[in-house]
Amino acid sequence: MSRNPLIREVPPTSWYFRHPRYLRYMSREITSIFIGAYCVLLVFGLAALAGGPEPYAAFIAALQSPLSIAFHVAVFIAALYHATTWFNATQVAMKIQIGEDFLPGSTITGAHYVIWAVLSLVILGFAGVF
Amino acid sequence: MKERLVQLEVFRYNPDTDRQPSYQRYEVSCLEEWVVLDALNKVKETLDPTLNYRWSCHMAVCGSCGMMINGEPRLACHTFLRDYPGVIRIEPLVHFPVERDLITAPDDFMAKLKRVKPYIIRKQKQPLEAGEYKQTPRELLRYRQYAMCINCTLCYAACPEYGLTKHFIGPAAIALAHRYNQDSRDQGRDERQEVIATKEGVWECTFVGACSEVCPVHVDPASALQQVKIASSFDWIKEHLLPGGGK
Repeated sequence: MSRNPLIREVPPTSWYFRHPRYLRYMSREITSIFIGAYCVLLVFGLAALAGGPEPYAAFIAALQSPLSIAFHVAVFIAALYHATTWFNATQVAMKIQIGEDFLPGSTITGAHYVIWAVLSLVILGFAGVF
Repeated sequence: MKERLVQLEVFRYNPDTDRQPSYQRYEVSCLEEWVVLDALNKVKETLDPTLNYRWSCHMAVCGSCGMMINGEPRLACHTFLRDYPGVIRIEPLVHFPVERDLITAPDDFMAKLKRVKPYIIRKQKQPLEAGEYKQTPRELLRYRQYAMCINCTLCYAACPEYGLTKHFIGPAAIALAHRYNQDSRDQGRDERQEVIATKEGVWECTFVGACSEVCPVHVDPASALQQVKIASSFDWIKEHLLPGGGK
């Protein structure tokens, strides 16, 4: 009797519909597109700034259009989802051993939120919000 | 003890006669306390002796009875019927070739496991009179979790990267390599890094995390893979950015 194993191929473009956990993974990955798009926008902002007061004023005016505000809301939601899913994943990637015990995962994730909040406040401070 | 008529829809494939698999429905009376493996055993004993599947210990130790149960990679001996009120669909682990019915061929995993050298490597062995290699509880804790792997390959069935990219060494083998890298008695990290710190090693992993979700013994392979990525990145920084190549 010879072996005749059955090979079951994984559909390369629709595999993530097979399980909710794959959809959650893909949604986390897709948020990267929004983050990337916002980085491109910031590069345009920098180019406008380098171009002088007039191009920069035009850039700021463009940011206030309804389409731009909708884009910012979408990016903000995506960035929140991106950040929280990755912060929650940090406790998987970082195992910090202290003596004969590991630091609890919630402490590692919590520390990331604290650092995020502090950095956000510092950046808002630089931006002159306070 | 409460009895229940359990309906199983079981994947069938006979390599001698079938070109495509089929599903066969069985109805079998089971106790509510039973696990899926008990139901399969009753089917084989009372209804259909031709049904093929692997099992051995019946206590989540041997890792033989891995199968897809309602689309989820699980050990049949560790899956209680009481948690499955409807028809239970049972299929062989995905991402592996099917030999017959619920039996898959683990050859690819076994070859990869061998490649990562999952054993203690010493550059220089101590003479016998030097005594045993001692280890503190603290040193043991560094790798103990990863030593719990039972090679059941559920993590390979859960990992979409492995399903799509067959050269990926995969979760369990890399987690076991990490287990030995973390062992204070071992000196073989450099040899293993050549296999796991590569494109077909950890850098193929995109951190879906499914391996850790399905692991029946909480090895958390995703954790091992991310730690190998971090350590390998530090290796690269030392080699390329520090004076003297970090030596």
